[in-house]
Amino acid sequence: MNNIISGLRARLAPVADRVGTALEPVGRVLGMKSVKYPLRTVGVLLIYALPILHLPLINTENSDFSGVLFTVGTYVLVALGLNIVIGYAGLLDLGYVGFYAVGAYTVGVVTSEHGQWPFFLALPLALVVTMASGVLLGAPTLRVRGDYLAIVTMGFGEIIRIVARNTDWLGGAGGINSIPSPPDIGPEEGLFQIPHLSWQYGYPTIDDRVTKVLHFGVLDATPYFWMILTTIILVICADMLIKNSRVGRAWEATREDEDVAELMGVPTFKFKLLAFAMGACIGGLAGAMYATRVGFINPPSFPLMLSLLFVAAVVIGGAGNRWGAILGAVIVAYLPERFREFADWRLLVFGIALIVIVSFRTQGLFPGRQKKRVAQAEKEVQKLEEGAEIV
Amino acid sequence: MSESEDILLELEAVTIKFGGVVALDDVSMTIKKGEILGLIGPNGAGKTTCFNVITGVYAATSGTISLDGKSLAKRKRYQITKLGIARTFQNIRLFPSMSALDNVLVGADVHSKVGLLRALFRTPYFRRVEPENKRRAVELLELVGVGAQPDEISVNLSYGDQRRLEIARALATNPKLICLDEPAAGFNPAEKLRLMDLIRQIRDLGFTVLVVEHDMKLVMGVCDRIVVLEFGRKIAEGTPSEIQKNPAVIAAYLGTEEADDDAA
Repeated sequence: MNNIISGLRARLAPVADRVGTALEPVGRVLGMKSVKYPLRTVGVLLIYALPILHLPLINTENSDFSGVLFTVGTYVLVALGLNIVIGYAGLLDLGYVGFYAVGAYTVGVVTSEHGQWPFFLALPLALVVTMASGVLLGAPTLRVRGDYLAIVTMGFGEIIRIVARNTDWLGGAGGINSIPSPPDIGPEEGLFQIPHLSWQYGYPTIDDRVTKVLHFGVLDATPYFWMILTTIILVICADMLIKNSRVGRAWEATREDEDVAELMGVPTFKFKLLAFAMGACIGGLAGAMYATRVGFINPPSFPLMLSLLFVAAVVIGGAGNRWGAILGAVIVAYLPERFREFADWRLLVFGIALIVIVSFRTQGLFPGRQKKRVAQAEKEVQKLEEGAEIV
Repeated sequence: MSESEDILLELEAVTIKFGGVVALDDVSMTIKKGEILGLIGPNGAGKTTCFNVITGVYAATSGTISLDGKSLAKRKRYQITKLGIARTFQNIRLFPSMSALDNVLVGADVHSKVGLLRALFRTPYFRRVEPENKRRAVELLELVGVGAQPDEISVNLSYGDQRRLEIARALATNPKLICLDEPAAGFNPAEKLRLMDLIRQIRDLGFTVLVVEHDMKLVMGVCDRIVVLEFGRKIAEGTPSEIQKNPAVIAAYLGTEEADDDAA
């Protein structure tokens, strides 16, 4: 397997290099040292094309594939946000669904329940509101640490849900319905109609289903997927820029040893609050997109279980590594949909899979490079102490 | 230059009580600019407490501490660091899974104003300050002798390198006063000699050094002045040769006949 990958890499590298050189100026503007992005560009385009390619094996036969991809997208977005909170700053947040709900409800309130705002105006508002809710929750609670923080945040998630149920202004137990889709953009003829593929005996044929680019209907989830995928890419870029700066280092230092960080001049409270606000904001973004896609939200859409799934996504993938968190989210969101035919068994299998993952890859599937090295160093020290390897 | 201008840090009648225990009792001392001051005393004498009160970990029950004439009372720990006091720890406390360079960079970031927006938009300020800090961090790594492996995560470094890395991290905050808490703990004689050189080098670079240490050879060899604590009280102060002859110090370390009788 490794041979295949390295062989592939060797063959693709020269091509990648050539395109890379062409892209160099773009990279320089973005402040990156080298541009190894062409391969990734192809990868990204492939992901964009996923909902129309309907690739065999990946495709979900029993539920709408674009819809599944959109759901996976929301989980990925949430995992990216939660990774900042848990992975970078080391704050265990068990009520993350609260922010997701705040984002969804903000959109619901201003576009349907109490206003006629277009979605793309409601979205920035949702960002501001969730960020504010993150600061409001964080300011009093971030003074407690570890387990206590987990309990307080868990309470927050529940409070949001219960408040929504008991507040008529927010639609009460019935929730908010007929949340409009985002407005359509651009023409719907010609090139803006993209046909889907379907596969028979391993050969693709062009299907009569078409996706109208940027036309957000109820039936076709593909434009929603493209919207959330674009958002994810922007969030990843922001994440990279922030992580590789004083802010990222301050988060890590706080996670590693809060007291020492403070003594080394890091205003830890401020940075924890920042992590919380950023995480909240990204969670709210995901919630807002969820609301406009499903068109109907009610309090049971945001159960505690969802918070735990989000944490599971980050931890399975490897907290502290954004790619790990993404992978974790894909696993958590996609696998149960893919194996829907096993109906009742799927959650059991999913649970077992999680147990297997966390027991055999304690650092997550895809831990940060540094974490892996820490674990390795610890193992070596342990071996030496046991005298097992001393010849 | 008058004498008061020479004084960098001043402790005036500092007392710290933990419940009924008096950890520091009416301690007054000064640290002059550019000197290496040793703080010694038997175990439990209050040396580390003294460190903790200077760096803001504990608040003094009474008394005042001032750096360059500015009172440290009511300042948060990170503000004190920013004002110019940095420290190392008796038991190594690096950020374990961060690289050596990143550890030092955290210290160097003290005076940086890079926040979310500056990082996000890579502003000219960011592009000036971050590389500058990085350059300085690399220099400091070389100064303390960890320059060969800047990207190694800190737990993978050897024990001695970890201790020296802590010094680099403290220096990176560009402090007026650097406090070393038992920097030679666990060092062999050769390493101790190199450490003494390093401490002198740090002083020659313009830093003022406060060092707590058990190793008498190192303290006597490197310090300009020494303060001796016992049971939270200052019992002596002077040059190394004065301290070596001071009867109170000898009694504190070796015990008096009376104390021996009590023990027996």
